[in-house]
Amino acid sequence: MKVLLRNPRRELTIDGKRSVNSLLAELQLARESHLVIRNGTLVPGDAELTVDDVVEIRPVISGGA
Amino acid sequence: MVAVGSKCRVCKEPAIIDLPRHNAHFCAEHFLELCRRQVVKAIEKFEMLTKDDRILVAVSGGKDSLAVWDLLIDLGYQADGLYIGLGIGEYSDTSAEFARAFAAQRDLHLIEVSLRDQYGYDVPTASKATKRVPCSACGISKRHLFDKAALDGGYTVLVTGHNLDDEAAVLFGNTLRWDVEYLARQLPVLPSRHGFPKKVKPLVRLTEREMAAWCIVRGIDYLVDECPMAVGNKHLAYKEALNAIEQQSPGSKAAFYLNFLENMAPLLVGRSAAATDSLQSCSSCGAPTTGDLCAFCRVVAKASAHEPVPVELVLGKGRGRR
Ligand code: SF4
Ligand SMILES: [Zn+2]
Ligand SMILES: [Zn+2]
Repeated sequence: MKVLLRNPRRELTIDGKRSVNSLLAELQLARESHLVIRNGTLVPGDAELTVDDVVEIRPVISGGA
Repeated sequence: MVAVGSKCRVCKEPAIIDLPRHNAHFCAEHFLELCRRQVVKAIEKFEMLTKDDRILVAVSGGKDSLAVWDLLIDLGYQADGLYIGLGIGEYSDTSAEFARAFAAQRDLHLIEVSLRDQYGYDVPTASKATKRVPCSACGISKRHLFDKAALDGGYTVLVTGHNLDDEAAVLFGNTLRWDVEYLARQLPVLPSRHGFPKKVKPLVRLTEREMAAWCIVRGIDYLVDECPMAVGNKHLAYKEALNAIEQQSPGSKAAFYLNFLENMAPLLVGRSAAATDSLQSCSSCGAPTTGDLCAFCRVVAKASAHEPVPVELVLGKGRGRR
């Protein structure tokens, strides 16, 4: 699957399927600070991502005062 | 497709989001419903707004300010937006586009103020010229211009998009220092005082993750990229620390902040200097201040006389108070 990460913007290709939560854990990204969008739609932590999916992992924490 | 995906707590349709702090999953429709309910609860509990108020929303082009504007309109309030061009390079250019597009698509009124065009400086230059961290120079400028626009425009309330994570992080910082003065002021509603409009934060019961999800579900395009000045500031470090606790123990952030309001804030009434300080009018702009010239006019004087400073020169200087 294709995985788009932000801040800084970069793209990874990951082999095999896995759940949203395991993908986040694998990339060491906190669940509370990210949302995962699959093919344009928000998906919960237990959703299974497959090889054909295009996934965006969007950070949600902003630092402005 | 999802083989055994989780189901919405309310309607049992496939869920789009898990909210560990509510120990539940929600579909798009019922997630939006939950957000609306939380905003209504905050507005009612703290007497933030009425349908007769003329509301001005401080809009940055990021998720929180666009979400709060969208939520208020959705709930039937009358609200205009105010965007301040801070002159933070590409970040400001892009954020302005998101704010304008949001307003245009919904036929909403967006007021724009530009620091560079109207006051002769920008945030990077102000930071250098006043030897303040960028967020401090920026905060002074924004607060003054929000107040001014609200009063000049005859608005009865100024709304900001501060969410639960923002408030919990500020509370965490104030508590680490036991800064009683700041703790006493950390309320989701500040009543209007001479020269200051009423200020309210309707998103204090919703997390950043929930606000980003609101935008995604509602199809709101917002600026995902960070302000380059925020890198490495303490505010971010506090948020990360709180999120590490939240992950272990969902609901901690909400309990920390909302129980502060419930149990601790009442004990601090009257401990804020703002309540007792005698204010006079700034000799230059008339805004309320404790000195002769207000903080904003002092920033303008120094920064507008300074040659423009590019963003890159002040990067990584964000390690200020917040
Ligand atoms: S991060 Fe700091 S400099 Fe950037 S917009 Fe927020 S307050 Fe201003
Ligand atoms: Zn549902
Ligand atoms: Zn002044």
